[in-house]
Amino acid sequence: MPRWAAAAGRWGWRLLALLLLLLVPGPGGASEITFELPDNAKQCFYEDIAQGTKCTLEFQVITGGHYDVDCRLEDPDGKVLYKEMKKQYDSFTFTASKNGTYRFCFSNEFSTFTHKTVYFDFQVGEDPPLFPSENRVSALTQMESACVSIHEALKSVIDYQTHFRLREAQGRSRAEDLNTRVAYWSVGEALILLVVSIGQVFLLKSFFSDKRTTTTRVGS
Amino acid sequence: MAGVGGWRLPAMVRLTLLWLAVCVACARGLYFHIGETEKRCFIEEIPDETMVIGNYRTQMWDKQKEVFLPSTPGLGMHVEVKDPDGKVVLSRQYGSEGRFTFTSHTPGDHQICLHSNSTRMALFAGGKLRVHLDIQVGEHANNYPEIAAKDKLTELQLRARQLLDQVEQIQKEQDYQRYREERFRLTSESTNQRVLWWSIAQTVILILTGIWQMRHLKSFFEAKKLV
Repeated sequence: MPRWAAAAGRWGWRLLALLLLLLVPGPGGASEITFELPDNAKQCFYEDIAQGTKCTLEFQVITGGHYDVDCRLEDPDGKVLYKEMKKQYDSFTFTASKNGTYRFCFSNEFSTFTHKTVYFDFQVGEDPPLFPSENRVSALTQMESACVSIHEALKSVIDYQTHFRLREAQGRSRAEDLNTRVAYWSVGEALILLVVSIGQVFLLKSFFSDKRTTTTRVGS
Repeated sequence: MAGVGGWRLPAMVRLTLLWLAVCVACARGLYFHIGETEKRCFIEEIPDETMVIGNYRTQMWDKQKEVFLPSTPGLGMHVEVKDPDGKVVLSRQYGSEGRFTFTSHTPGDHQICLHSNSTRMALFAGGKLRVHLDIQVGEHANNYPEIAAKDKLTELQLRARQLLDQVEQIQKEQDYQRYREERFRLTSESTNQRVLWWSIAQTVILILTGIWQMRHLKSFFEAKKLV
């Protein structure tokens, strides 16, 4: 085999290796999920985390009942890292002490007939960098570090907006519940009033119809 | 390539297997288990004209080996997306691994439901299916390296593009907030009106029934010669 072919072969494999490395999905990231938790149900989510990664779990109950849920976070050995009962909103940060599958569960088992909507945000490690093959040897220029700090600030703005939206959704669901309850209640109470007042009159008449008495008691 | 020696093939196979193993290990972090006929729904409250990209991957429980198989050929997942008015935006069947995309045209709660299409009970004897799910909304759905390559942007231009996308998302969210606040205000004013009318109506009914009661009873007692 000519030498150039062998050299081309070697470089071909190196290029392929490099391309494959670039295509490997980077670690870290966030999962934001809103799901419905039926009554008497428990739903669990799992994630494989490497040792030393800083993770944050944040959850909020949006609709349903007293807007509370049980939450439980366990490490790969089953040790409970975080456990709270009937919490409406909480945020928990921890550093993974060992490799493995971490599990967190939301439970609505204490509720008999209200299903809840729960939002959670599970952040594992840092967000992947903008440039996947970034091997920064040189420091960021002033413009670039300004961009990075603006990016971080905007991320926290978006995060606050999300929490505000969830609280507003909570308030709006309560207001809509109140509206429908007022509608049903007013119609129901008007009907009850009519039925009771007509019924009272006929009941009273029936007291005087049985026997002819001279009592002047007109009624309570 | 002429004369590729036998020693090269194992290297290629090893490299590909290594890459696959790494991909499997760190692909799409969060996962959960569902049963065979179980339907799992997720809600995304988003402003309008927002793109949502969902990636999922399924693994089946192998009862004999007591382990999750890396991929499940022949198993499909049905994905259904409904907009806030209940209209179906996307209803498609994907393979055991898939990616679905949709763009919202009305602001509000969009519901994304997933269930497996498996009808072969034998496959599901263990009853568990592991689903890796990753849903990215709005600005997070953008693939920046791809945008940089397509538009040939420098690093600084790419960072500026990312900041512009973030700011656009914030603006859309604030528009949505204004729309929601208006809905909330309408609901509160409707409740206020209803309570007002109800109290007036109740008072009127009370007075009318009181008057009717007294007149009816008076005529009754006069007839009975008690009064």
